[in-house]
Amino acid sequence: MIEGLAHLLRRMGARVINSIWRLGMASRFLALTLMYSGTSFHRFHLVIKEIFNAGVLSLIIILVSGLFVGMVLGLQGYETLQTYGSEEALGVLVALSLVRELGPVVAALLFASRAGSAITAEIGLMKATEQLSALEMMALDPIARVIAPRFWGAVISMPLLAAMFSAMGVFGGYLVGVVLLGVDEGAFWSQMQAAVDFREDIVNGVIKSAVFGVAVTLIALFEGYDAPPTAEGVSRATTRTVVTSSLSILALDFVLTSFMFRGE
Amino acid sequence: MSDKLVQVKDLSFTYGGRMVLRGINLEAHRGQVVAIMGNSGCGKTTLMRLIGGQLKPTQGQVLVGGQSVGELSFHQLHGLRRRMGMLFQFGALFTDLSVYDNVAFPLREHTDLPEAMIRDLVLMKLNAVGLRGGQHLMPAELSGGMARRVALARAIALDPMLVMYDEPFAGLDPISLGVIGNLIRRLTDTLGMTSIVVTHDIQESLRIVDYVYFISEGVVEAAGTPAEIKASELPYVHQFVHGEMDGPVPFHYPSSTYLADLGFAQ
Repeated sequence: MIEGLAHLLRRMGARVINSIWRLGMASRFLALTLMYSGTSFHRFHLVIKEIFNAGVLSLIIILVSGLFVGMVLGLQGYETLQTYGSEEALGVLVALSLVRELGPVVAALLFASRAGSAITAEIGLMKATEQLSALEMMALDPIARVIAPRFWGAVISMPLLAAMFSAMGVFGGYLVGVVLLGVDEGAFWSQMQAAVDFREDIVNGVIKSAVFGVAVTLIALFEGYDAPPTAEGVSRATTRTVVTSSLSILALDFVLTSFMFRGE
Repeated sequence: MSDKLVQVKDLSFTYGGRMVLRGINLEAHRGQVVAIMGNSGCGKTTLMRLIGGQLKPTQGQVLVGGQSVGELSFHQLHGLRRRMGMLFQFGALFTDLSVYDNVAFPLREHTDLPEAMIRDLVLMKLNAVGLRGGQHLMPAELSGGMARRVALARAIALDPMLVMYDEPFAGLDPISLGVIGNLIRRLTDTLGMTSIVVTHDIQESLRIVDYVYFISEGVVEAAGTPAEIKASELPYVHQFVHGEMDGPVPFHYPSSTYLADLGFAQ
C-alpha cells in the first residue's frame, strides 16, 4: 500500500520534472531561434517559401471553415435575436464573435493541425534522414537555415490566416442573414460598422492570433527537432504537436481574453 | 605541414555513462583511403562524429590538419568543416531540392560565385559520379546507389581535403557497390584528398583501401594494410574476414547456462 503510493508519487514527480525540463529546453530553443534569425531576414526568400508552405497551403481549409462557421453563426444568431425582435443586430453578433474569438482561435486550431503537424513531421524526418546532420557537417547551422525561416514564415502567416477566416465568416453570416433570411442589408452592415471598434476588437484579435502563431509554431518546431529519429518517434511527436498546441491555444485564449475584455 | 592529415590520439568517449571508445589511436595520411571496420555498434560512427566535431572527446585529442577539433571555437570549427565532406549512410540529400540544387547547395551557401560558374562546377561534379544526365531528378526518384553518388558529388562540391563516408556500401546491389567503391578510390586519387571509410563491408574495403583499422568494443583490435589483414591470424580479424558465426564475438547474447535456464542445474 505505502509502497504503491510511493511508486505513484515517484512517477508523478518524474513526469513533472520531465515537463519542466522540456519547457526549459523549448525556451532555450526559442532563444536560439531568435538569435539565429539573421539569415532569415538577410535572405528573405527562405521565409517567403515557408509562408507559402505554412500559409498559402492552409488557405483552403481556413477559408472554407470560415465560411461555414460564419453561416452557422448567422443561423444561430438569427434564431436567438429574432425572439427579441432585434435581428438587425445580426451583423454585430457575427462580426464580434469572429473578430474577437472564433477567428483567432478556430483559425489557430486549424493551423495547428494543418501546418503545425506538417512542420513537425518534416523536421522530424529531416532529422531521421540525417539532413540536419548533413547541414551541420556543411558548416551551416540547422537552426539558422531550417528552423528560423519556418518560424518566421508560420508566425507571419497566422494573423493573416485568422483575418481571412474572419472575413470569410462575416461573408458567410451575410449570406445566411441577409440573402437567405432577409435581414435588412443596410442595418446589417451599418450596425456592424458602428459596433466593431478598431483598437478594442480588431487589434486585440490580431494580437491574439499572433500569440497563438508563436505558440503553435514553437511547439511544432520543437517537437520535430526533439523527436526520436524513428518512424514511431516522428508519429508521436506529430500527435503531441496537435494536442499540445490545441490546449495551449485554448489556455492562452482565456488568459489573453481576461486581460483584453474586462467588460468596462 | 606533416603528411598526417588526421591523427587520433588516446581518444576516449563516454556516452550516457558507457565508455563507447577507449584509448583509440589512429592516423590517416594525405592521399590515403583508410577504412575503420568493426561489427555494428562498436563505436565506428561515434568515432567519425568525433573527427567531424559533432561530438567532443571525453579524453584525448583529434587532430585534423594540425588543429585539435574538440578545442575549436564555433567559427573555427565551421571553417574546418568547409574543408571536410561527409557522405551519410543513406545520402541525406535534401528531399525538397533536385539533384542539381543539392550539389549546388554548398556552393551557393559558402561562395559568392556567379550562377554560371556554379552550373559548371555542379556539372563537373555530377559528371565525375556519372549522373550529369540525372540533374533534374528529385531525390525520391533515385535508387539507393544513385542517391549515394549524388551525395558524394555534394560532399566533394567544395573540393574538401578530407571526406568521411558512413557505411557507403550498406544496402547496395553488387554493381552499385562496386561503382561507389571505385569512385571513392578514384576521387581520392584525382582530387588529392583523404578518405576515411566507416564500414563493415570487408571484401569491398580490402579491394580499395590503403590501410584498415579494426575496432571492437571501443578499442583498436588490429590494424594493417589489406594484405596484412588478409593474412592475419588474430582470432577477431579472422572471424570478421571470414564471417564466422562464433568466435571472439560470440553468437549467444550473454546469459546464464542453457541447462540452468531449462531448470536442470543443481
